[in-house]
Amino acid sequence: MSQEPKENNKKTGEEPDEGSIGRRDLLKGLATIPVIGVFLYSLFKKRSYDKRIKKSIFEELGLSREAPAVLPKYTMKKPGQLIRLGIIGFGGRGEALVRSSGFAHPDWIEKKKKDALKNKRDKTLKHFLEQEDLNIVYNGVCDVFDIRAERGLATAGKSAKRYIHYQELLASKDIDAVIIATPDHWHARMVIDAAKAGKHVYVEKCMTRTVDEVYRVVDAVKKSNIVFQLGHQGREAESYIKAREIMKKNILGKVTLVVTSTNRNDPNGAWVYKIHKDASPKNIDWEQFLGPAPRRPFSLERFFRWRCWYDYGTGLSGDLFTHEYDAVNQIMDLGIPRSAVASGGIYFFKDGRDVPDVYQVVYEYPDKDLTLVYSATLASEKRRGKVFMGHDASMEVGGSLTVTVDPRSTKYKKKIEEGIIDLSLPLFVYSPGLKGIDVVTSATEKYFAGRGLMYTFRGGKIVDTTHLHIKNWLDCIRNGGKTSCNIDLGFQEAITAHMGTISYREGRKVYWDPVKQKIV
Amino acid sequence: MQKEITLGQMDLPNYRNVQLTILVILRVLIGWHFLYEGVVKLLSPYWSSVGYLLEAKGIFSGLFNWITASSTAIRVVDFLNIWGLIAIGLGLILGCLTRAASIAGIILLGLYYVANPPFVGFKYSFPTEGSYLIVNKNLIEIFALAVLTVFPTGKIIGLDRLIFYKKKSAG
Repeated sequence: MSQEPKENNKKTGEEPDEGSIGRRDLLKGLATIPVIGVFLYSLFKKRSYDKRIKKSIFEELGLSREAPAVLPKYTMKKPGQLIRLGIIGFGGRGEALVRSSGFAHPDWIEKKKKDALKNKRDKTLKHFLEQEDLNIVYNGVCDVFDIRAERGLATAGKSAKRYIHYQELLASKDIDAVIIATPDHWHARMVIDAAKAGKHVYVEKCMTRTVDEVYRVVDAVKKSNIVFQLGHQGREAESYIKAREIMKKNILGKVTLVVTSTNRNDPNGAWVYKIHKDASPKNIDWEQFLGPAPRRPFSLERFFRWRCWYDYGTGLSGDLFTHEYDAVNQIMDLGIPRSAVASGGIYFFKDGRDVPDVYQVVYEYPDKDLTLVYSATLASEKRRGKVFMGHDASMEVGGSLTVTVDPRSTKYKKKIEEGIIDLSLPLFVYSPGLKGIDVVTSATEKYFAGRGLMYTFRGGKIVDTTHLHIKNWLDCIRNGGKTSCNIDLGFQEAITAHMGTISYREGRKVYWDPVKQKIV
Repeated sequence: MQKEITLGQMDLPNYRNVQLTILVILRVLIGWHFLYEGVVKLLSPYWSSVGYLLEAKGIFSGLFNWITASSTAIRVVDFLNIWGLIAIGLGLILGCLTRAASIAGIILLGLYYVANPPFVGFKYSFPTEGSYLIVNKNLIEIFALAVLTVFPTGKIIGLDRLIFYKKKSAG
């Protein structure tokens, strides 16, 4: 090779024009160009192989690759006439609801500004500011704790007025609709009174504290003309809407078991909330707090940590199982189960509470050949997903969605044998924010898609589901139509939750009599 | 015949045939790797460097995390990364501006290396196909490119032979 340049010179010397490029130079200069050809050919082969596999899977599934079309329908509409709201109960959840509807306390904004400066990735404030204006005002705030009521007034804007009793708020002529975020023992009475007063209702879960209240609430809402929304914001989650489509297309085959769970491991998650340092009988209207609950001496624990007692709350079943149940009900139209068996105990938080911190319940749906299991602990964070187990595939649903083919599937047997379905990878994953769903072709893709990291900035805006859920309610008030978690779904949610609670508390299997519409 | 000696030829090291062949093959292989990494990212509608940057550890992690906070910065980084990979890959395969391509490749790989260095105590959730301690494939590829920079071949086998030839003629 060392002789190469000289040889070359001789050759170039033979060319007609001195100094111009010779044949040998050309050959050597372009020698590696065929590599590009090989590259493009290999790339084409790989692409068409991947495409053929993806196409074949999607054809088999009959599934659209797009994001659910249901979602934008009501988010596209411009808010019409102004709706005047009142908020009843301005605790942690109440404040979050008011914020999701567009009103944040100045201190919260300051804090989030600082958080954003500290951590550039903290987009909480940005997302809040980008939230769509719902064209509402808050004219009333009601809370039995003065400090919270004051905070509510500072949050809800100039037009808001404090009402000492919710009845006065309901009687007010400048309020069209109310958001109820009180402890559960107040829900039923307030919903019924609001319905009678003709105020639209958005109420937090669990819809009621007792079974008896369920019938009375349903009756009152149905007799009125109000628009009712139960606070299961998961109804707006893209992954749940997509999961429903997958279920409808029967991609999983026969589903006989659905397993759901709650896994928390911190005092806040176990409802051991902070007690406000200035709280006292002087600024808490204890009698009004108790309302329909049994009389008891003033207790800060009971006031701030009311979820720990059945007098005010519904324990794991009403508080956290309802979210899981409503998700499954949304995806599968389960309705009320035939029977329930529950067990559990107070095994970790022995702080005087009477609701269990470890709780399991098994619901049977013999008509649907299906069992629904819920298993909850407040003393371990080990993640157990929400899994729909079918004969042909299983689906795990959370923030994202993953479908994995079963090795023993009948439906996909041929595709597995042909090597089109790779059992070591999910059949497909779907992450909100992502434009569509995609077949996973590598372990790295699987990793990213599972974490939902990849699509954070590409999918455009991140929207708070609670905001969408309130918006859905307001849109129905303005334009009519069914809310996404309406009173019929609320009925199913509350009855199912209470069946578990009764089974746990009475230590027996309970049944639903669909003819008499009663728990027996 | 001094006049007929091209600029490229004057700079050329004297390689034996086997040396030249191996150097050119190494250049084409690294180029192929760059080109395919770039093309894959270009063709995937969902690819973004966000996940990679979020995992950044070490002295530059602050900078890399900062990039992820801005969607504009992410778009710029994604664009530069994708087209950088493709340009470097083509440069190395074709022997076109080979020296610049090699150096740019070293810089790009250097960024990958400092973003996710396999140091003691740094844990990543990326799946890796091998085991690495301080030395990983990025580092090895960096030095393979360094070898190509000090033992250039583009002006012998590659478009640089024609590019720099022309320059001479024009001069």
